[in-house]
Amino acid sequence: MKQFISFVIKETRHILRDKRTMLILFGMPVVMMLLFGFAISTDVRNVRTVIVLSSVDHQTQQKVEALGANEYFDILYKVNTPAEAELLIRRQKADIAIVFGQDFASKRSDIQVITDGADPNMAQMYANYATQILQQSKMNNPISAKLLFNPQMRSCYNFVPGIMGMLMMLICAMMTSISIVREKERGTMEVLLVSPIRPLMIIIAKAVPYLMLAFLILAAILLISKFILLVPIAGSLFWIVVVSGIYIMVALSLGLLISTVAKTQLVALLASAMMLMLPSILLSGMMFPVESMPVILQYVSAIMPPRYYISAMRKLLIMGVGIDKVMHEVCVLSLMAVVLLSAALLKFNKRLD
Amino acid sequence: MTLKYLIQKEFLQIRRNAFIPRLIFIFPIMIMCVMPWVMNMEIKNIVVDVVDNDHSTLSSQLVHRIEASDYFIFHGEGPSYAQAMNDVESSKADIILEIPPHFERDMKRGEHPKVLIAANAVNGTKGNMGNAYLSSIVSQHMAEAAMSGGSIKTTAESAVSVLYLYNKNLNYKLFMIPSLMAILVMLMCGFLPALNIVGEKESGTIEAINVTPVRKVDFILAKLIPYWLIALVVMTVCFVLAWLVYGITSAGNLGLVYLLSMLLAFIFSGFGLVISNYNDTMQQAVFVMWFMVVCLMLLSGLFTPVRSMPHWAYLTTYVNPMHYFIDAVRTVFVRGGDFGCIAHQVLALSVIAVLMNAWAVYSYRKNS
Repeated sequence: MKQFISFVIKETRHILRDKRTMLILFGMPVVMMLLFGFAISTDVRNVRTVIVLSSVDHQTQQKVEALGANEYFDILYKVNTPAEAELLIRRQKADIAIVFGQDFASKRSDIQVITDGADPNMAQMYANYATQILQQSKMNNPISAKLLFNPQMRSCYNFVPGIMGMLMMLICAMMTSISIVREKERGTMEVLLVSPIRPLMIIIAKAVPYLMLAFLILAAILLISKFILLVPIAGSLFWIVVVSGIYIMVALSLGLLISTVAKTQLVALLASAMMLMLPSILLSGMMFPVESMPVILQYVSAIMPPRYYISAMRKLLIMGVGIDKVMHEVCVLSLMAVVLLSAALLKFNKRLD
Repeated sequence: MTLKYLIQKEFLQIRRNAFIPRLIFIFPIMIMCVMPWVMNMEIKNIVVDVVDNDHSTLSSQLVHRIEASDYFIFHGEGPSYAQAMNDVESSKADIILEIPPHFERDMKRGEHPKVLIAANAVNGTKGNMGNAYLSSIVSQHMAEAAMSGGSIKTTAESAVSVLYLYNKNLNYKLFMIPSLMAILVMLMCGFLPALNIVGEKESGTIEAINVTPVRKVDFILAKLIPYWLIALVVMTVCFVLAWLVYGITSAGNLGLVYLLSMLLAFIFSGFGLVISNYNDTMQQAVFVMWFMVVCLMLLSGLFTPVRSMPHWAYLTTYVNPMHYFIDAVRTVFVRGGDFGCIAHQVLALSVIAVLMNAWAVYSYRKNS
């Protein structure tokens, strides 16, 4: 046991002494959280609006004022013809145009909302918001709408679980595999293997500091999201930590598996970047919803561990549901952990023979 | 004249490398063929749970209407709101529609029964759009019912119609393809030159160049020109694939798109050299480059609109070449703008390009 602990201390010193690794380990989570939390948002605001109005009357004035008073729309231009508005949109001076028909009040003509379809999602959102405001005058709207879990529709509610999934993968899998392969590359692995401690223990001792680090970073992420991004932790903290623990085990096993296969640091780096990072960003539903992908890619994403973790975290962290609702994800993750860990250990033992 | 030989040397090196010539052709093809399917933030397949407390003709007509809509996937009718909520919490459904008791009776009497729509808004865009679509179906249905019943005097309310310019079918690929072009040019022209010079440093061959009378400018130009040509090849591959695979062609002048991408290639190749001049190992260079690239990409409006950013983040877009590029390329490629529309962005990109390459030449030191 004493030997084991001294190995863990040795590994911890390795990490602490490498300035660049430390910077990546702690700088990246903070930068990513701040970037995704604040800067990357699909919130509707500051929409540059053009009003196309041929004649001013009381009714149009009312509608324009309603739009202008709204926090989402900035009325920047007033022009006479739709063609002028189109030119403004094409020149990227405006995002949306509201066209009032001629003699709007007397003839009861229609309103046309013209938006820039270059960004389809935002175009639809702008149009929805504008339509809602323009129709507000209608009495007794028969529908009461409720946006569950995220009434202000802030995009960081969606991104925080995604970043957690990506960072855990990065830290546990990539860093562990690189650190083991580095020892192999430099030949220091041989030195470790002739020490009295059992080879399996060496590998476990290598994983332990990264395990602790992962929990530290998990705590940092949760604190940043709660106190800086103001994302509430709706579910039980205990289960969040437990599920994260299972996911960290999956990531560590993947890292071990890569390290048994890779011969050089560059290969380990490329393998973890290509096989883990890219798919975990692109196919896990972090930014791009899985259900919008073609079926074949949905099957590929079904074997991505981050997909289940991110989905579980969305439920536990944001929606605040009980653990019984995430049983499916937890089971899949546990299964993956068992399979990957045993594969990594088997592979490792073979290598020593 | 030395420049000619230096460029010849670079091309020989690129050609003899087993990896790079393949990368130049295969990488764009892979990105263009797979990524538009993956990077799709289009909202579809929203799963609806209906709680029908009325069980009348009118309410079941409404349910059929939702079932028939190709925007929604009808999950089922739940017995109670709590049951439906349970489905939402375990992600089996995304949106709940609750029809109140006596819905039909109240409609006939001319009262205003309240229909409840509750959407899971963890993904704000999805929640909002699902809500808006379902609302429009419900209110249309109710308006028709009221009209046919004649119970409500049709108040002459002006209808609002929506027109989506430039992209009538709201095809998300049309939004993503210019972004992918930008990413490709950035990766090809940013990473390859950086790795090239650092590679020479690591293998020590840069010393051999440093002792020759080759001028700094010539050396840097010889390093950059091959990558500008590669950018041209990559862009051409992109255009052809966009046309063949997705049937998407440029709405504006293709020459302008080439001009913009050449400017972007100038900037990022210069940027790659600057990074390689300040770093000594490949690993270092890759990490620094990767970090910068991710920040530039996320803050540029490639995926999310820059107008939604907070003010401090919006200010960074004034020095972000990616932002000018994507703005201008969408204006030409999607909106069909002419040179007058993008003059401002072309100017900004040119200034950044000149500064970046001047910095690359300046920061390159022959003496270590």
